[in-house]
Order: sequence, then structure tokens, then C-alpha cells
Amino acid sequence: MKTQNSLIRIITRVEGLPVFGVLLLLLLAFLITAPDVFTHPLIYMSFLQTVPPQLVLGLGLTLIITAGEIDMSFPAIVALSGFVFSYFFKNFDSPYAVWIGFFLALAAGALVGYTNGLLIAKLGVPSIMATLAAQFFWYGITILLAGGLQVDIGRVESTSVHDIFTGRLFDIVPAQAIWSLGLAVLLWFILNRHKFGEAIMFIGDNPNVARVMGIDVEATKIKLFTLMGVIAAFAGLLLTIEINVFFPTQGSGFMLGVMAAVFIGGTLISGGQGSIVGTLFGAYIIGSLQAGVVATGVTSYWVQSVMGLIMVVAVVINVVIGEGRMGDISFRLPQWANINRNKPPEVPPQRQ
Amino acid sequence: MTNDPVQPYAVQLINIEKYFGSVCALKNINFNVEKNEIVGLIGDNGAGKSTLVKILTGVFPPSSGQMFISGNQVDFTKYSVQQAHAMGIETVYQDKSLGEKQVLWRNFFVGREITYPFGFINVKKEKEIAKEIMLNTIGFRSKGITVNSKVSKLSGGERQGVAIGRAMYFDAELIILDEPTVALSLKEVRKVLNFVHKIKEAGKACIYISHDIQDVYEISDRFIVIDRGEIISSIQKKDITLIALDDFLLEYAHGLKDGE
Repeated sequence: MKTQNSLIRIITRVEGLPVFGVLLLLLLAFLITAPDVFTHPLIYMSFLQTVPPQLVLGLGLTLIITAGEIDMSFPAIVALSGFVFSYFFKNFDSPYAVWIGFFLALAAGALVGYTNGLLIAKLGVPSIMATLAAQFFWYGITILLAGGLQVDIGRVESTSVHDIFTGRLFDIVPAQAIWSLGLAVLLWFILNRHKFGEAIMFIGDNPNVARVMGIDVEATKIKLFTLMGVIAAFAGLLLTIEINVFFPTQGSGFMLGVMAAVFIGGTLISGGQGSIVGTLFGAYIIGSLQAGVVATGVTSYWVQSVMGLIMVVAVVINVVIGEGRMGDISFRLPQWANINRNKPPEVPPQRQ
Repeated sequence: MTNDPVQPYAVQLINIEKYFGSVCALKNINFNVEKNEIVGLIGDNGAGKSTLVKILTGVFPPSSGQMFISGNQVDFTKYSVQQAHAMGIETVYQDKSLGEKQVLWRNFFVGREITYPFGFINVKKEKEIAKEIMLNTIGFRSKGITVNSKVSKLSGGERQGVAIGRAMYFDAELIILDEPTVALSLKEVRKVLNFVHKIKEAGKACIYISHDIQDVYEISDRFIVIDRGEIISSIQKKDITLIALDDFLLEYAHGLKDGE
């Protein structure tokens, strides 16, 4: 019993370990069911190429959910930032156009996030409503500005922005995988080792406590949503630059997958606690599912159901381990096993 | 009453009033707390106790009036929770002193973290000091509770102990305890009262707010009774017995009811 408990303690203490276990099991399952695909390094390179935009979004969303809020507007920001970048890159005849477009796209994301933050913190609009409205509004604006058309930016391949953000490190590792990992490290330190992160956790835990302890709840929320806007715009840039084309519906499929990644990772929906490491693995779980399920040869109609199943399993594991119920269960198992044999006689409690 | 310049009051309130819209929450509040004095603030729900606490602690300013902390006048246009902390006012609330999902060491320093440059937290130092506070300031000896424990693992009395220890560590001149024993078992109440005794041993001023007359009576040097936003009485403990105080409060409540 004792070794069992200390093992549980180790598992509990290492952030994201259970989610990493789920990812390993998943990859193992795919290795068995689709060995041809999953023994080849190409599939893993493909993950490192396709997962980063969603991972970046998930990292930002982890902070938002830890603060007890939600952001539904990030798909629109992905589209808006892609459009802003493509438009400036295509229409400005300057060697710096690509960098101007890059920073204007980030600024556009910051603007959307900042207005979200103002609505939520200053006017007290619930974040689910404010950001859902923002999702419709900015998505509509993007389609309007783009005239509903895609923007081809094939020339971006010969620019420094392309090389820096989506090039191939040593001709093999996609740069966006490194950038998203770097962002994960940075945001881990922000959340766990910076007073801004501590403010986020206390606000998500109990805004009244945060307020009486001297945290400026409103200012923190505005900063947080602005940061989320910039992060979402960065995700949009990674996507647009990687595929060399802006299309108006880009990002619209990300909403549920990104949220799933965050919750699989062990971030509490009730706020107060978030796991950046969990989200990192959660994003790769979500990203590998689609490719993996298809590669196993079953029809792709299975993807959604399997995703739901994995999500439930991951969240149950997180709840059981995260809230220390595993110790409870291992303690009770022998009791449950003997439930009929050694049942103590039921005596009603005596009233004094 | 003049303000003695040699030994100013820990806190002095002059003609404090607070309106929410046209509703008057506090009117004509005059009182002071001397250093090394524990004042019991008694009043029914909605009497204005919480409003008064929020003004004292900088959550919001009064509509009018003056406040002095250790003889220094408070500028209400700039007064905030941080400013109150800086001037030595600390508060222990019944249920909003600690973040329940957070570990203890974070709870000790939230809002005034010990940081490296760029706002990164010095975790090692915060943990060291938190450990020191738990062992020495509040004499925490519960098994299995460390600075890495989450608040949700602590009993109600232990939580208030942590909040009181935090207030004492930050060298408060005045510690306000706002209903610290609500919803606690008798044993836990006893723990909290022991923590409050430590405040007095340390020579700090304290405002103790509670529904429980027995607790207030045991712990306080003086009682201030507040009703419908007004102070109706200020009584020294030596001038009244617990039974007489209880009778006075009951009578007053009945008197009001009969008058209506």
C-alpha cells in the first residue's frame, strides 16, 4: 500500500504525466493497428507541422480557462490575422512588407483581444457571450474585407518570415514546432512563476479573494484577453505562412479541437488551475487522432467518436489523479472486494 | 476627543458616511481603535459592518468623512487595498481570505509576491518564509500540512490561522477579523480564538466582527454596537458582563421591532 501511494504521489506531482501516458498509449495503439504508417518518421514530421497552430491556440486558451473565463473568438482571430498578413504582403511593394504584415496581424489580434477584455472586465459581459459575439463579428468582417475570396501568397516562400517561422530546422524539423514549444515554455513560466500567472490562478479560483488581496482583477483580465488575441493571431500566421494561402474559413474548424486539447490536458473548467504541459500533450493527442484513426483503415467516420472516447478517458484520469482520489480508490478496493464477507453490522449512530 | 500626537490611534474614523445611490449604508460613524486594543464590532445582518470593513480596507471609498491610520490622514482618492496593506491594515474574511485551489505558499504572498526582476516569483524564498510563519508565528503543527498543501485540505480553523499568520507577518498595525468563526465547529472556533490571542500578544490592534456574542465578549476589550448604519453604543468590557451585553442587544432588537 505504501509503495503504491508514493507511486501515485510521483504521478500526481509531475505535471502532465497522465496525459503523456495517454498520448503514449494512443501512439502504441496506432503502432499496432497501423504499423506501416506509424513506424515511418514521416507521420511524426507531419504532426509537428499540423499541430502547432492548434497547440499555440490551446496554450493561450489554457490561461483564459485558468482565469475562469472562456474565449470563443479565436477562430475568427486566426482568419483575421491570416487576412491582414496576406493583404499587406500582397499589396505593398516593399521588401519589408512581409514583416509589416506580420506585426500588423499580431496587432489586429491584440485589438480584438483588447476589445473582448474591455467588454468582459469593464462592462461585466460574460466572456462566453462577449467572445461568441466577437467570433461572429470579426469573422464577418474578415469575409467582408476579403470579398469571400482566398488570397494566394506563394511568394512568401522566399521570405525570411517563412524561413524563420515555418522553415525546416536541419532540413527536417518544422520550425513552427520549435516556436510552439518555446511559447509553451514561456507561458509555463508566466503561469507558474510570474505574478501575472498567480493573479490569473487566484482570479479563476475566486475573484473576491483576488480583489481583497490587492489584485487588479479588471486590468489583469484585459491584459489576459489581449495576450490571447496576440497568441491567436500568431497561430493564424503559422497556419497561413505554412500553407502559403489565406482562405476565409481558416481556423473555423479549430474551436472544439482546441478546447478538447485544453481539457484533456487537465486544466479545470471551473478555473483556478491550468496545465500548460497537459495542453501540450493534449494538442498532440487531438492532432494524432485524426491521422491515426484514418491510418488504421477504419472509415474516417470513426474519428469523432474515438476523439470523444479519448477525451472522456483523459478527463477521468485527470480527475481521479488530480484530486487525489486514486489513493482513495486503492484504499477502498480491498474493502469493495470483501464487501459481503466482512460487512460490519449496521448500528445506527447513538444520539447523545 | 483630541488626537494625542505621542500615541496616535491605530485607526480613527471621523464622520464617515456611505451612500449606495440614495441608500444610506453608513452615517455619522465616529470611532477609534487604540494600539494594542481588540474592539468587538457587533451588529445584525445588514447593519453596515461589511461596508465599514470595506472602507477601512480600501475596497471602496466612503461618500464623506475622514480616516487616520496611526495618525496619518488617508487620502481616499488614492486609497486602495494595496495602500491599506502598505499602511498596515490587514483583513481576515470569513470565506474570501484564501484561494482554495492554491497551495499555501502562494496564499501567503499573493498580491505582494517576492520577485526577481521582471515580476518572476522567488519561489524558494516565499516557501522558506511561509514555512517560518506556519511554524513560529501561528504555531501550526497539523500533520501532513506543508507549505505545498492546497488550502482545500485545511480545516476551517486552520484556514483562518493561515490568514491571521499572513496578516501578522506583514506587520499589520490593525488586523480586521470579519466573521472569522462563521460555520466552524466548536473545536475550530477555539483554534481561531487562540490565533486571535496571538495577535494581542504581539501588541497589535484588532477589530473583531462576529455574530457570536460569546466569542466577541471573550476576545474583546471594548464593544461597539452598530445598527442600521449607525453606532448606537460603545461599551468597555469591564463595565458590562456577558449576560448584560446579551440582554442589551436582545432588548435593543426587540425595542426596534416594537417600535415598527
